[in-house]
Amino acid sequence: MSTTTKPVKTAGRPARPLAVLALVLLALIALVFVQSATAVRLGLDLRGGTSVTLQPRIAPGESGKVTNVAIDQAVSIIRQRVNSLGVAESEVAAQGSGTNRQIVISVPGDTGRRVVELVGQTAELRFRQVLASARSTGAADPAATPTAGVSAEVNAKFAALDCTKLANLQGTGTDAPTDTIAVCDRAGTTKYILAPAEVLGRQISKASAGIDTQGGNVWYVSLTFNGEGTTAFGALTTRVTTLAEPLNQVAIVLDGLVVSSPRINEPIPSGNAQITGSFTQLEAQDLANVLKYGALPLAFDRGEVQQISPTLGADQLNAGLIAGALGLLLVFLYSLLYYRGLGFVTVGSLLVAGSFVYVLFLLLGKWIGFTLTLAGIAGAIVAIGVTADSFIVYFERIRDELREGRSLRTAVETGWTRARHTILVADFVSIIAAVLLYFFAVGGVRGFAFTLGLTTLIDLLVVFAFTKPLVTILARLNFFATGHALSGFSAKSTGTLPVIKEA
Amino acid sequence: MSKLSGIGGRLYRGETSIDFIGKRRRWYAVSALFILLSIAALSLQGLHLGIEFKGGSSFTVTKAGASIADARAAVATAGVPGEIIVQNIGTNKVRVQTAALNSVQNNAVQDALAAKFQVAVESIDSQIIGPSWGKEITRKALYGLFGFLICVMLYLAMAFEPKMSVAAIVAVIHDVFITVGIYALVGFDVTPATVIGFLTILGYSLYDTVVVFDKIRENTRTITASSKSTYSQATNLAVNQTLVRSFNTSLIALLPVASILFVGAGLLGAGTLKDLSLALFIGLAVGTYSSVFIAPPVLAQLREREPAMIALAKRVNGRSATPTTFAPAVVASGEHRGPRNQPKRKGRK
Repeated sequence: MSTTTKPVKTAGRPARPLAVLALVLLALIALVFVQSATAVRLGLDLRGGTSVTLQPRIAPGESGKVTNVAIDQAVSIIRQRVNSLGVAESEVAAQGSGTNRQIVISVPGDTGRRVVELVGQTAELRFRQVLASARSTGAADPAATPTAGVSAEVNAKFAALDCTKLANLQGTGTDAPTDTIAVCDRAGTTKYILAPAEVLGRQISKASAGIDTQGGNVWYVSLTFNGEGTTAFGALTTRVTTLAEPLNQVAIVLDGLVVSSPRINEPIPSGNAQITGSFTQLEAQDLANVLKYGALPLAFDRGEVQQISPTLGADQLNAGLIAGALGLLLVFLYSLLYYRGLGFVTVGSLLVAGSFVYVLFLLLGKWIGFTLTLAGIAGAIVAIGVTADSFIVYFERIRDELREGRSLRTAVETGWTRARHTILVADFVSIIAAVLLYFFAVGGVRGFAFTLGLTTLIDLLVVFAFTKPLVTILARLNFFATGHALSGFSAKSTGTLPVIKEA
Repeated sequence: MSKLSGIGGRLYRGETSIDFIGKRRRWYAVSALFILLSIAALSLQGLHLGIEFKGGSSFTVTKAGASIADARAAVATAGVPGEIIVQNIGTNKVRVQTAALNSVQNNAVQDALAAKFQVAVESIDSQIIGPSWGKEITRKALYGLFGFLICVMLYLAMAFEPKMSVAAIVAVIHDVFITVGIYALVGFDVTPATVIGFLTILGYSLYDTVVVFDKIRENTRTITASSKSTYSQATNLAVNQTLVRSFNTSLIALLPVASILFVGAGLLGAGTLKDLSLALFIGLAVGTYSSVFIAPPVLAQLREREPAMIALAKRVNGRSATPTTFAPAVVASGEHRGPRNQPKRKGRK
């Protein structure tokens, strides 16, 4: 039993934290309008859309091949394909770490089937001789001279090809290595007719970007082929080097799009080649990465594909909001019934906490791309309980102190010093749970963990800067201090025995 | 309501006292029974895993009056291999679950359903789960679970006492076991949302336990300085004193969860909200039980083995005329110490 009599700390100036808190909230609200972040970003499960999670397919003993660079390459290829759909707010991102990295693709709206087909294919790197090339101006060019030795079909396709159209830049990965093809380059400025592939990406053993410091700091990319690749590349270069432009170019094609088409200046039988040009450092490194990635073609399995229609999305959003309102209402009712006047402190604190959560949802959507998912809403609703629990711990502590025979003004302070520790420890455990859930989570779980963690932090803020100062102020009011029947501190509701004070 | 408050006062002063610690064998027996039932249910029936864990495809058509028979007929025309489960969800939805499909089969099923129910293909909600996906989720969930247990154990050992952290973890493991057991017994679907629920329960169950332990620590801080009560008695008083608090925090936590469950199951029929809140609902109830009936008795048992507490129990029992209800602490020979040698408790913060 607690019988320690510590000197009662003075309550300080309770109005000060309240004012600071109000200022912070006002500042955040102002920020919302300044940054025009007036709508919460909703996840796909709340507005409809398709999400695909890809997992790298790892052959036994090959886990070392799933490097960050390889995944980043895959992300950029898939992003290129997804962007070609022209859907705003599409996202392609890598999640997780090491061999557990995954690629998550989310596309809002009704594009489901196309997205799934687009992202499912494996991209491969190939070297093809250039048969014809032309600037793509945007208009079809029926007057173009058909290229000799190429079928009329491919010639027609080449003539009609418009590389300024997004749809032609999606890359398909369906370009069969044995076909003669008409394709665009990645930038969408040039179109090509390309011969069947002669060297494949997996025949590259090494690629890197370097800088030639003697020749005026020029960036170049050097690559080395394996045995098979050396023979094939040697034969290709020997054949084309003497031909006229553009037949002496070899196009490096990734995922159906030309990445680069260097001219071959001399036969390269050694298997060591260097690509020079007016590269910037970034361009050189990108090309080197593309070549390296070609050497390690990563295949992906579809881990999860989820298509949610906008109707279901709207239903889920509604359900989430109704559940939240209902939960809040029930907690309000119980607090008011049980804690009477004190219950209004709970209601007020929850409303303040709610405002903070809402404003932060708006701002975080702007700052870090936070999107609210159904699981996130559930996390926030569950947090109503956690937040209200902190108040209960404090209120019950005050009642304990009253039972010890202390006056309300004293009880509010001594009860706080004790409740504070309990609240800190309990909330810290909640935060540990949220952080771990966040890091070990897949997909939707992260949204839940994030809101749970965020709301727990806000709970701490509100308890310290709002609830406690407010109770201190209320304790000075006669209504509470004299233990009015409806204050929640009456002798009847605390079950305190009448205390006869010594003179 | 004020009745409960009145009880709060009587519990606080110890006028009304429920013997949580002394009758621990009874509570242990109840929990042991439930755990045995859980193990039996788990080994006999196993968990009813959702397609997220097994791999498979799920299609949901929203159409008033959609019948199971129509859905079956539609899927049959699409020529899909393996077992097909068709259920009505809510009043206007029908859900078809199949084995994992490739994208051609997937499109065929969607087209067949769209044609049968005369809805747009885009309005069909679908989910395709690859076969290795479940392993990934399970693995991560287990990492999360063990990571959480270890972190919390270390933290509680620092914030409280090492033995409190052991007792808290015993209670958490107890909660997980029984919750999983209930899932196996009733046959509720286990989905990733359920797993999130499980993991969250751990945090919650600990919240209650932390509140109780904080009071126990306060009541027992200077316990060896006097001979008023044994560790078990002080613990029992603490549990009684925090009983109203535990009841209130649990109820307040349950209210929002119940409203998610109600709305999730009622309006949406199935999905994230229902799975999550059901796991939370069951777990919260079990967690509240364990924070009162399991964690404090385990803690008391652990602490009563300490020589200082044995000596204290001997002093207290010698003093009080009426023997207390708990098992007399057995004092090993050589453990008797003179008053001068009473172990001095270092002041804990």
